[in-house]
Amino acid sequence: MAGIAIDKLVKRYGTTQVVHGIDLDIQDGEFIVFVGPSGCGKSTTLRMIAGLEEINDGTISIGGRVVNRLEPKERNIAMVFQNYAIYPHMSVAENIAFGLYTSQLDKTAKRKRVEEVAEVLGLTKLLERRPSALSGGQRQRVAIGRAMVRNPAVFLFDEPLSNLDAQLRAQMRLEIKRLHQRLGTTIVFVTHDQVEAMTLADRIVVMRDGHILQVGAPMELYEKPADVFTARFIGSPTMNIMPAKATDGTLQLGETPMAWPAALPADVLVGVRPQELRVLGEGEAADLTLAGTVAVVEPLGPETFVHVEAEGSLLLASAPAKHPPAVGSAVRLGASAAGLRLFDAKSERAL
Amino acid sequence: MTGAALSPRFAPGRVIAWLLLLAGGLLMLTPLLFMFSTSLKDSADIYDLRLIPAAPTLDNYRTVLSDGRFLRWFWNSLAIATIVTLSNVFFDSLVGYTLAKFQFRGRYLIFLAILSTLMIPTEMLVIPWYVMAKNFGWLDSYWGIMFPGMMTAFGTFLMKQFFETVPTDFLEAARVDGLNEFTIFWRIALPLVTPALSALAIFTFLSNWTAFIWPLIVTTSKELYTLPVGLASFAVESQIQWELIMTGAALATLPTLAIFLLLQRYIVRGVVLAGLKG
Repeated sequence: MAGIAIDKLVKRYGTTQVVHGIDLDIQDGEFIVFVGPSGCGKSTTLRMIAGLEEINDGTISIGGRVVNRLEPKERNIAMVFQNYAIYPHMSVAENIAFGLYTSQLDKTAKRKRVEEVAEVLGLTKLLERRPSALSGGQRQRVAIGRAMVRNPAVFLFDEPLSNLDAQLRAQMRLEIKRLHQRLGTTIVFVTHDQVEAMTLADRIVVMRDGHILQVGAPMELYEKPADVFTARFIGSPTMNIMPAKATDGTLQLGETPMAWPAALPADVLVGVRPQELRVLGEGEAADLTLAGTVAVVEPLGPETFVHVEAEGSLLLASAPAKHPPAVGSAVRLGASAAGLRLFDAKSERAL
Repeated sequence: MTGAALSPRFAPGRVIAWLLLLAGGLLMLTPLLFMFSTSLKDSADIYDLRLIPAAPTLDNYRTVLSDGRFLRWFWNSLAIATIVTLSNVFFDSLVGYTLAKFQFRGRYLIFLAILSTLMIPTEMLVIPWYVMAKNFGWLDSYWGIMFPGMMTAFGTFLMKQFFETVPTDFLEAARVDGLNEFTIFWRIALPLVTPALSALAIFTFLSNWTAFIWPLIVTTSKELYTLPVGLASFAVESQIQWELIMTGAALATLPTLAIFLLLQRYIVRGVVLAGLKG
């Protein structure tokens, strides 16, 4: 087991820099999720940790040892790939045993180790099968088995669930989380799915354009996003963002200006999550109130989301599941001051 | 719907297609049938063009098979075709893999250079080959027969195209698992392109088995002849003994027939994959 230290890491392809000197300390046993849109540098960073991409500048240390010049096999890591990368011409048992390729164990010890891993992952009955006879979830389990079998210091997962259907993805997510609780090995997991990031991570690393925007526990990112990008990226559905003017300690937004205790720049962006922007009942009051017209109603069971045309844009608000407003009707939306996130309109950083 | 429509099996388009295929098949089969037929005839009957011999005999086969030269040429051909095939399967795929899966300076240039040699016909290459063989002292030797074909541009090109379809994840997973580069090629990449490998092996074997011009040019000793060269020498020796030539030719086609029957599935797939005629 080992922690990972990333120091001023840079990656260039030709003259294009794709990772811009990022720093990150990953504790031993931590479950870290890199999240961000495609092209943000998260997979590249993971591949540099794995040793599959050359490092142009900065260092990566695993367990206190700088690994920049080490081959993947010398880094004591194991990796699970997006399309599983299990070899079609080998049985499940052979695939898992491949993780022990460099191990000094004798044949029976290897066999025993493979069986133990298969037991943990529920693959015992499938050991003699070929990958073509497996379902997507089973294949992914084989890939995890191959990674687990040699007790690596770090597990690297590169979007391992994105080829699975929604139901299977939720199930595998749970299995990976339980695996981590059981093994306690450091995991670095890359995904573009914020739900995966929220549910799996001890800490989430939000990346964009080769920079780290924010690092923090899932709820920390949800509650205190450092900028508009993170605010919109984390949490589902996406946070509403409305431009507003601030003058003399009041926020000019909605039906009545709102007093704001802290100093504000002239132009701000106000963010409010759909769960915290409610359709108000007759005569109900709130810190921030907005008037609008219902455009679309989306019942989800426990709650109903309502798209409302207000403040010149389409806002998403929540309504009671049983009595949603009708499409076309005029409604008032309300949010408490505690539910608002304010950002500087120029820098898009949180205020 | 008109219930009495023609069944699709007898649709005009299909009937025409079948007739054309039948005509083409007959056209190709007739010489082969005459070859077998002649090989079963007595020398007196060879200009009797009946397909079924009046008095079939196996004498020709006895004569040919008891002639030590024929067996020698047969083994020469077998050994040469086998060695050249193994060499192509190994080296073409090694180079194809490198060109497909590694990034290095000049990669495209090397690929172009290899590809451009495909455009030069064998007849033109024979002279430089001969000069080479002469200068290196390879004339009239097995190596002299084999060296031009030990690696081919076509095979390299074919294998490169196929290795490009192998997901890089497989190779990277193996790299993380600690395999060295050659082992990754040998144990992971190569098994994933077996359809292409079998196609390459079959085509290489067949083209070497039937190769004529180069073995004829480079060899002078009769014991080094390959089967096609040897059979041709039957013809020019004293008088043309068609029945013996046809018997030899019939025997020579047996391995190719056997290969075809055994590997029919792979050959058809290989032709489709490689997009070429056999």
